[in-house]
Amino acid sequence: MSAGMKARDALNDVITTQLGTAINWARANSLWPMPFGVACCAIEMMASFMSKYDTSRFGSEVLKFSPRQSDLLIVSGRISLKMMPVLQRIWEQMPEPKWCISMGACASSGGVFDTYTLIQGIDQFIPVDVYIPGCPPRPEAFIDALMAVQEKAKKGKAKSNEFVTNDPSQDPSLSPLYRTPDGYYKTPSGSVNPAAQGAP
Amino acid sequence: MSTPTPITYQKSNLLSLAAKVESAFGDKLLGKEEKSQYIQFSVRADDAKALIRFLKEDSDLKFTYFIDLCGVDYLKYPQPSPHPIAERFAVLTTLLSPKLGVKVQVRAFVPALEPRIATLADVFEGANWTEREAWDLYGIEFMGHPDLRRILMPDDYEGHPLRKDYPLRGRGERSSFPVYHAIPASQSPEG
Repeated sequence: MSAGMKARDALNDVITTQLGTAINWARANSLWPMPFGVACCAIEMMASFMSKYDTSRFGSEVLKFSPRQSDLLIVSGRISLKMMPVLQRIWEQMPEPKWCISMGACASSGGVFDTYTLIQGIDQFIPVDVYIPGCPPRPEAFIDALMAVQEKAKKGKAKSNEFVTNDPSQDPSLSPLYRTPDGYYKTPSGSVNPAAQGAP
Repeated sequence: MSTPTPITYQKSNLLSLAAKVESAFGDKLLGKEEKSQYIQFSVRADDAKALIRFLKEDSDLKFTYFIDLCGVDYLKYPQPSPHPIAERFAVLTTLLSPKLGVKVQVRAFVPALEPRIATLADVFEGANWTEREAWDLYGIEFMGHPDLRRILMPDDYEGHPLRKDYPLRGRGERSSFPVYHAIPASQSPEG
C-alpha cells in the first residue's frame, strides 16, 4: 500500500464541521429524559420507552429520575394545584440546556378538567418546547415529539433560552407580580434577591 | 386453619337492629330510612357520637368495622326533598357489623353557622384521616381531633372547595404561581 493511498483514505474519513454544531449533534442524540408521569399519559410514555417502540434508537433510553442528571422533562398527565410547585422546583433543578415536552391534553391545556384544582396548561408557568395532543397520545406521537426536540437541539434552540436575560432593566420577571416560592428570581448569574436590586 | 365464615346480608337482622336502636334512642332520632342493604339513622350532631359508640359497643350489635366517613353539603338540594333535611351540612358514618352481617349509616346534621361535631378518632382509628378530609373539603370542624390539618388541598389553601357555594373554577388559585416570562430571543444572552 503506497503512502499516497493512505493519505487519500485519511482525507475520506475526516468530516469538517463547526464545534457548536458537533456539540448540538451530540446533545440531540443523547437526550436524557426526566419522566414526570402523573396520570394515564405516563402509561403510554412507559410503553414508548419499552422494547416495542424503544426510544434507545434515538439515544434517549437513559431515564434519569434525578432532574440534575437530565435535560428533557416529559410532563405526562394532569398537574394539580399542589403539584405545580413541585414541577417548577424540578424544572429549576435541571441544568441548561434543557427541553420540555408537554404530553397529552391535560398537561397542555387542562383537558376536560376545568376545575379549581387543575392547572390549565403547564406552559403558563414553565417553558414548553413541544406539545403532544391526544388523550392519551400514542407512542408514535411521543416518538414524533422526541424527534422534534432532537431537531430543536440540533439547531441549538430551546424554549428555556428565551427566558433569561443579562439586563435587569429588561427582565419582565422584575414586575411586582413576579415571585418564586423563595422570593427570588433567576438570572444567568444565579439567584438574586429582588430587594437587594432595588426592585419593586 | 379454618376458613372464615363469609359475611352475608341478613334482612331479619336489619329489622331487629332498627327496633333496638329505636328503643334506646327513640326520642333523639330525626329519621330512619331503610336503604337497599343498610339502614340510615338521622340524628343531630350532639347525639351522633353516643349513637355510634352504642352501635359499636353493644354486645348484640357489635358494629366494629368502620367503613367510611364523609361530609355532605345539602345547599341547593332539590326541595321539597323526599327525606327531611334538618341542617345544611351532614356527616355520614358507615359501619359494618361482622356479627349481624348488616351495614348501618349514621347521618349527623351539622349546623351551617358553626359546623362542629365531636370527633370519632378515639372510637375508630380510621376516622382520623376521613375526618381530616371532611374538614379540608367541607370545613366541618371535628372537636377533639388529635391532628386536624388539611389532607388533600395545599396547606396554604383558603376555603373549602366541595361546599356547593364554592365556584367550580376556583377563585384564581390556579394562576397564583410564579411565571417564567418569555422575552424576545434577540435580548437573550446567547443571541
